[in-house]
Amino acid sequence: MEPASLAFRAHARRALADEELQRALARLRRNFQERRARAVAALPEFEELRRAGEAIRDQVLARLDHHLEVFVARARAAGTVVHVAETAADARRIVLDLLRSRGVRLVTKSKSMVAEEVGLAEAVEDAGIARVETDLGEYIIQLAHEPPSHLIGPAVHMTEARIARLFAEAHGGPPEREPERLVAQARRVLRRKYLDAGAGITGANFLVAETGSIITVTNEGNAELTQGLPPLHIVVTGIEKLVPTMEDAFTLLRLLARSATGQEFATYTTVITGPRRPGDRDGPEEMHLVLVDNGRTALLGSRLQPMLRCIRCSACMNHCPVYLAVGGHAYGWTYVGPMGAVLTPALAGLERTWPLPEASTFCGRCAEVCPVRIPLPDLMRVWREEAFARRLPPATQRHGLRLWAFLARRPALYRAAFAPAVRLLARLGGRRRRLRRLPLAGGWTAARDLPAPEGPTFLARVRRR
Amino acid sequence: MSDALARLLARIRTRLGRPAEARGAEEVAARPAGRVAGPIPARARVEGEARVALFTKMAKAVGSEVERLAHPGEVPGAVLRYLRFHNLPKRLVAAADPLLEASGLARAPLLEVRTGAVTADDPVGITVAEAGVAETGTLVLASTPERPTMLAFLPETAVVLLPLDRLDGSYEESWQRIRERFGTPPRSVNFVTGPSRTADIGLRLTMGAHGPKRLLILLVDRTESA
Repeated sequence: MEPASLAFRAHARRALADEELQRALARLRRNFQERRARAVAALPEFEELRRAGEAIRDQVLARLDHHLEVFVARARAAGTVVHVAETAADARRIVLDLLRSRGVRLVTKSKSMVAEEVGLAEAVEDAGIARVETDLGEYIIQLAHEPPSHLIGPAVHMTEARIARLFAEAHGGPPEREPERLVAQARRVLRRKYLDAGAGITGANFLVAETGSIITVTNEGNAELTQGLPPLHIVVTGIEKLVPTMEDAFTLLRLLARSATGQEFATYTTVITGPRRPGDRDGPEEMHLVLVDNGRTALLGSRLQPMLRCIRCSACMNHCPVYLAVGGHAYGWTYVGPMGAVLTPALAGLERTWPLPEASTFCGRCAEVCPVRIPLPDLMRVWREEAFARRLPPATQRHGLRLWAFLARRPALYRAAFAPAVRLLARLGGRRRRLRRLPLAGGWTAARDLPAPEGPTFLARVRRR
Repeated sequence: MSDALARLLARIRTRLGRPAEARGAEEVAARPAGRVAGPIPARARVEGEARVALFTKMAKAVGSEVERLAHPGEVPGAVLRYLRFHNLPKRLVAAADPLLEASGLARAPLLEVRTGAVTADDPVGITVAEAGVAETGTLVLASTPERPTMLAFLPETAVVLLPLDRLDGSYEESWQRIRERFGTPPRSVNFVTGPSRTADIGLRLTMGAHGPKRLLILLVDRTESA
């Protein structure tokens, strides 16, 4: 998928003026932040779990090769066919070859961000194979022909009224506003698809080296129906999702649900180890797993390696003032919010995505809530430095920064340059001590006043002591 | 080893600054034998009646209905009461599990019970859990020829028996139980915490998205019939 991240500013401006989106984002903030806070408060061991989660992920990444070797051997022993895709194009080709060679005409798919990342949905449709998304949020955005705007709530930007109109168009009949009725409609329609599908595609939340298993996590139960009913199950996931043992998986699962939705545990956590066994009455006859690299190995051994710890919970975006102001679509690619601002440049190329790590106030909330303690602002700073070094931001921005850096490293000069400006601003503030307009800071003063500096500078005060 | 996998491992080793033929997979492979659990919440370390009480509280908090029975012989009556209460068809597809057979469910008057593969038209499924986790009121279902996974996913109403001697405190204990019983895990192990739900429409919690709308858990004290 081509990233549209260079237009972040334009997208953000449009998003800020979109009242429907702003209502949805306000609702998202209230919901997710409160629920997570409550779940964390109810578990005294949460911080201890975060440290353990971080350690598990680091330990896997430090020996990713060994964990992969063991995982692949055991998955194969359980009857899973393992494929490796170096690029997005490889991943699409492997999946399409499987679907074509088995004459599949209809595919059900549960949510997989990796499938989204490699553009699998479009590839399947371009090949003339019908595709039905089974996660309700994904189903909704499929009807609307839109990309997801959130990791776990892909349609979180849409109001009930809009969903009602989409359903009425797709399913016929009068628009229903009640969520109960809308869910029942989708249930009825999708039920037939599960049974008719020639293949089911899912992602995986974790891969377990100990057993060669994949783990999926949902609240709807759609992953189970997607993988359990058709004759062919295809898993598309990233090479970094490995954990050594089931014990390690449970530590991360305790973190995942609480960080994502504030639940104690997701409704359905399923451990799948290979296809149908002799005597089984259900399950797919074939199970294939596509391990996707697509730029992940390039992060190993770099300052950005901690990003590969990510377990895709979405807590960072749910607590990000920038994401909560502009929504997911502004980011212009699969991954959004703080985790997207770090991961997207790695997977889609910094030259096409450099504005994303710029879109942060560095308030640090994302790092505070991250269940595996990824220092997201630090990692965004790594990208900012690289973008600066590669001259990606516009010249005015770079020259401004260079000038500031020059002054900031020379305290005497810095004070000489800024002290008169501070005095001038204080005088301009007048009796209200506020500035309504300020040249070069129109973006700031358009929506609020700037408090004028008061009294002597900090250094002057210290000196007086 | 496929070429693509060999190339992937080589890329990883280059990035991590390790020799191309870095040994050590054997060590990772051996680790599960000495596996260590992470921090297990103090809450999960309860025994006996306190454990049953925690399981019941947590299960009810996520919308499961929980009933406690003295022995399997009480299952048919409890199922019938439940189906009547919710005005549901008295038609069940059941696991071919010895515990259900001992309960006399198949011979119960007023209930139509069949075993075998579950279809989309079956309104009610009944199966037996491999274990239960008190920490979060979670059922652990393991697929076997007698207990198809779909029994607890396709029908709109799922009923699951959990013998209390299989109730554990934490997920780790339940997984140990699976290791001991099966060796390699069965094809599918489902940790089920409440009925199916979604919040994808306006962030409003709605039950019965794809899996069951209702989940009845029957806790059974003694596994032999009275």
